[in-house]
Amino acid sequence: MQLIDREKVQARIDALKGIELYIHMEMTMGAYTSHRDQSVHPASNFIKNAKISFEHGMISESSPYRVGLKMNGGWVYCEGMTHWDDKDENRLILSGNTKDGKLIAALQLSKNPF
Amino acid sequence: MKIDKILVVLPHPDDEVFPMSGTLAKHISEGSHVTYACLTLGEMGRNLGNPPFANRVSLPAAREIELRKSCDVIGIQDLRLLGFHDKTIEFEPYTYIDGVIREIIDEVVPDVIYTFYPGYGVHPDHNACGAAVIRTVQAMSHNTRPQVLCTAFPTDNDLGKPQVVNDISDFIDQKMGALKSHSSQFRIPDLLKSWNEEEEVFMKRIKKERFWIYPFEN
Repeated sequence: MQLIDREKVQARIDALKGIELYIHMEMTMGAYTSHRDQSVHPASNFIKNAKISFEHGMISESSPYRVGLKMNGGWVYCEGMTHWDDKDENRLILSGNTKDGKLIAALQLSKNPF
Repeated sequence: MKIDKILVVLPHPDDEVFPMSGTLAKHISEGSHVTYACLTLGEMGRNLGNPPFANRVSLPAAREIELRKSCDVIGIQDLRLLGFHDKTIEFEPYTYIDGVIREIIDEVVPDVIYTFYPGYGVHPDHNACGAAVIRTVQAMSHNTRPQVLCTAFPTDNDLGKPQVVNDISDFIDQKMGALKSHSSQFRIPDLLKSWNEEEEVFMKRIKKERFWIYPFEN
């Protein structure tokens, strides 16, 4: 995984426009977080291999990046992206990774299920 | 006392390390055969390093390699990957997951099963895994039931004193080897920091492995 190159990620988003795609999107604070600190309200989510297609998609200007995908009648939105897999030429694999090495968010798009 | 056949049922690669790797190495040294049924590949693990060494797509393969290494170090002879998905064990239909576990029990015919004590595992997958094992074994006729030994966190809880406390000092090398095998998940300085423990205290604590015998009804 490399730090996001904004122009290259935007180009990859553009290349996936209008195609039926499988999406993996998640946000997490970790299963043990509220075990360690009872005052923390735990929340996380993931959606894996739902099918979407979007008409228009963009990544914001600076890290941690936001990504918005405009669908027909809906949206996919995420915030917190820092890294991407620059070697994968077919899929879009983005993640948000903290300084202490933890993943807190991910957005992945592919023509095939993950 | 030698136990012929042991079945371990745990949800994630690395769950075997702290609760029971020393105990399993001890049993194996005494001639036991151990089958380890690992429900998932820890697909949703958050420890991906800085800079990240993997992503969500590549993580499962990396964790499988670590799990196989850990099993080699401990001496586990039979590892089964059950193909469930991390974080979803509690949502699997009970008849389905219990059926998968029952099939393994019927095949292996273990004398003892090691798993999590349901309700005392912290992580929902730990609790759901333990619950599935308990449901499955509870449904067996009482004279065919294996003994179920459960690990629980934290170790001072309302279950009372554990019935089994193993000093695994003689097998600490296997335990540390298993720990180091899961290199993506465990870094000792980070562990010490997150448990707020000195290394000496940590090493003393991990030399004991504690289990509660599950009290089945009838």
